[in-house]
Amino acid sequence: MNSARGQRLGNLGGLGLVLVAWMFYAVYFSPTTGWTFFFQLTVNGIILGSVYALIALGYSMVYGILKLLNFAHGDVYMIGAFIGFGVLTLLGGPLNPAIPVALLVFCMFVVAMLGSGFLGLAIERFAYRPLRDAPRIAPLISALGVAFFLENSALLLFGSQFRSYDGFDLISYNGIHIGGDNGVFIQYLGVLVIVGAFLLMLALLALVRWTRLGKAMRAVSFDREAAAMMGIDPDRVIAATFFIGSALAGAAGVMFGLLFSQIYHLMGFLAGLKGFTAAVVGGIGSIPGAMLGGLLVGLVESWAKGYLNGNVSDLVVFGILIGVMLVRPSGLLGTPALQKV
Amino acid sequence: MTETTPPHVPDTSPQIGVDQWVAQADERTDRPTGVRGRIAAVWRRLPPAGKLALLTPAIAVPFLPFVSEGNLFNYGLFILIYALLALGLNVVVGFAGLLDLGYVAFFGFGAYTYAFLSGTHGNKGHTYTHHWDAQWSILAAILVCAVLGLFLGSSSRRLLGDYLAIVTLFFGQAFVVFTNAADPYGITNGSNGLANVDPLKFFRFTISTTRGYYWFLLGCVVVVLIVLYCISESRTGRAWKASREDPLAAELMGMPVNRLKIMAFSLGAAIAGLAGSVFAAAQTGAFPQNFSTQVLILIYAVVILGGTGSLTGMLVGAAAIIASNQVLDSTSPPNVARVLFYSALIATVYFTMRSSWQRLLVAFAATAAFGFAVHAIVGAVWSRGTAGQVTSGGFLTGVIQNWVLLPTNPGRLAVYGYLLMIVCIVALVQLKGWWRLALLVPTLYVTAFVWENLLVQQPAVTRYVLFGALLIAVMTIRPQGLFGTAKVEIG
Repeated sequence: MNSARGQRLGNLGGLGLVLVAWMFYAVYFSPTTGWTFFFQLTVNGIILGSVYALIALGYSMVYGILKLLNFAHGDVYMIGAFIGFGVLTLLGGPLNPAIPVALLVFCMFVVAMLGSGFLGLAIERFAYRPLRDAPRIAPLISALGVAFFLENSALLLFGSQFRSYDGFDLISYNGIHIGGDNGVFIQYLGVLVIVGAFLLMLALLALVRWTRLGKAMRAVSFDREAAAMMGIDPDRVIAATFFIGSALAGAAGVMFGLLFSQIYHLMGFLAGLKGFTAAVVGGIGSIPGAMLGGLLVGLVESWAKGYLNGNVSDLVVFGILIGVMLVRPSGLLGTPALQKV
Repeated sequence: MTETTPPHVPDTSPQIGVDQWVAQADERTDRPTGVRGRIAAVWRRLPPAGKLALLTPAIAVPFLPFVSEGNLFNYGLFILIYALLALGLNVVVGFAGLLDLGYVAFFGFGAYTYAFLSGTHGNKGHTYTHHWDAQWSILAAILVCAVLGLFLGSSSRRLLGDYLAIVTLFFGQAFVVFTNAADPYGITNGSNGLANVDPLKFFRFTISTTRGYYWFLLGCVVVVLIVLYCISESRTGRAWKASREDPLAAELMGMPVNRLKIMAFSLGAAIAGLAGSVFAAAQTGAFPQNFSTQVLILIYAVVILGGTGSLTGMLVGAAAIIASNQVLDSTSPPNVARVLFYSALIATVYFTMRSSWQRLLVAFAATAAFGFAVHAIVGAVWSRGTAGQVTSGGFLTGVIQNWVLLPTNPGRLAVYGYLLMIVCIVALVQLKGWWRLALLVPTLYVTAFVWENLLVQQPAVTRYVLFGALLIAVMTIRPQGLFGTAKVEIG
């Protein structure tokens, strides 16, 4: 067993201990709220975390392959949510859909993923590809420009008002109660989101591990020049990475819309920051790390909202981000970066 | 029989054996003498910063008598304040090469410190009536910002590039939470901000007019310019540039890279603090919305357009960006914005198409003809398509009415037009040669359609879309901006 792997196992073990200790503390030492409250928050956190994990995957993939922090990723997620909304209104709206609800939701996901994927392709082509060999600060500033451009374009086109998905009407507000009527409540929509997110992640893992494209991606992220000498076209691989990452962000946008039923032009900013937090906490460049990080960020946010208050929860999440970046920049499952000379 | 011919020396090659001093004798004797000569000699001996410091007021002052008080505030003061901010950010981004996305927070901390120390206000049961003289409260604002810069910069010890960008972005967000929501002991008065702020008062001398602030800010800009020039030419400035290009090599040459980064952060923050305190005094208040992300993007647009690392660039960039920002404000007359938009459009086409001007002239003429033709056809087929009204067209009303399609309720159509415009621009970049020129015609027409039907009603949003596009365009076409120096990356 090499040391990097040992460190990862150690990180996971430490995380598990902290989580178990926190669970016991929350269940036994907060008599006013009780265990159902804790588990309800946990379930909400896992649902929210699945959305963050999907966003984090895009960040993590792009960072792994280009070493570029794609600030515009959060706004691709926002555009995905709006595309989903467009499909929903086009097909009759939530109250009287023109086609069966299951098919409608499926259509929303497919169109939003394709749309955001092509948007990601365009962003890569115009804002990042010309800067492949530029100093590292240049693509960051370009990314800032893209984010600002997308946000304000959305404001121009869709206005500043909130748009409502009415996911509750679409998929009636039913769910499973665990442990009696006052027990933990899981809505079906939540189950759909968790299952959907995990299926997408498994598909991505399989793609990266077993297909030619996945192999090429790993090669390019390991050493772009060497990969090019082996006959891989790095530009195509990078474009494919952007497409997949942005498509996942689009799916996350539709999931957010279905869950919380409200979308607006600035929703990408905070979600993007949290997705990035998740990617860093999990270990940037690592796909399982992004999933784990997403779940953790969702859980922490949900617990902080429940036990503290809504304003503080973001500060707690970002406090964790800064702590992780300062103490263990390689994250839970990442490998420590070696600086090549 | 070998006869050596003397080698033929062409006139253009360096002439060996000719003394430069002798060669330039004519030029030296022709120099102007007397008063003119002395001035010319002093001018030649001045360092670039000195020339800049003299030129800036020379350009900035003559406008004064022709400008109304309101315009002087909107244009003059804002340009100078953003020039100061850009000069400060230039230290961090241009000299030291660090991406600081929390820079606007220092501007805010400077403004709030000044407002807190020289003003009357209170919240949550506390009342504060400090009325410090400006020299002390400005000094305090600069110090507070420098210390905060030290604190934020120290995180750059462990964080590289992108991680540093995120931590600074978070710092900017923390500032918003601090002033808006947290409001400890009522010192920031929450979302209402601090309203009763004293004007600048030095010892017994008070600045009360906009013109006074203009002069004071001009002085600040000149002083900061000279200081920054001296620093950038000093050991520290060279060390910054070295550690920007290659931190590892700089470290190995014995430069204290970490300390240099922190110094850059601190100096940049101090300049932002100065700008913030004068800003708070000039508008007699400090409000949270003055320090939003939009302001950050504006400062970045100034720095990037001007060219990172160049002092001249910051001044020119501030003038260009802030003037267009104010023209595109929702309060200024739309027709000025329209003229600015079309001139910017033509300039963009001229500089990005890389085509001869004759061809471009043909393309513009074709666009005009195309527009009238489309207008006539649509007007005959679908009367609603041309029945709309021009939004405050001014002297251009007649032309626009007959050239651009103006549906009565654009709504969806304008949105589709916007998307079509983006598709056209994307295609335009991909095409080459005559196809490109041919596509330019409908692209320009669609752009005009979108401007007249959608953008002209929301110039305040449009300008941010344009600034976002500007950041991308400058970075991809000319990363050194207008006045920066191109860098050769040795990989």
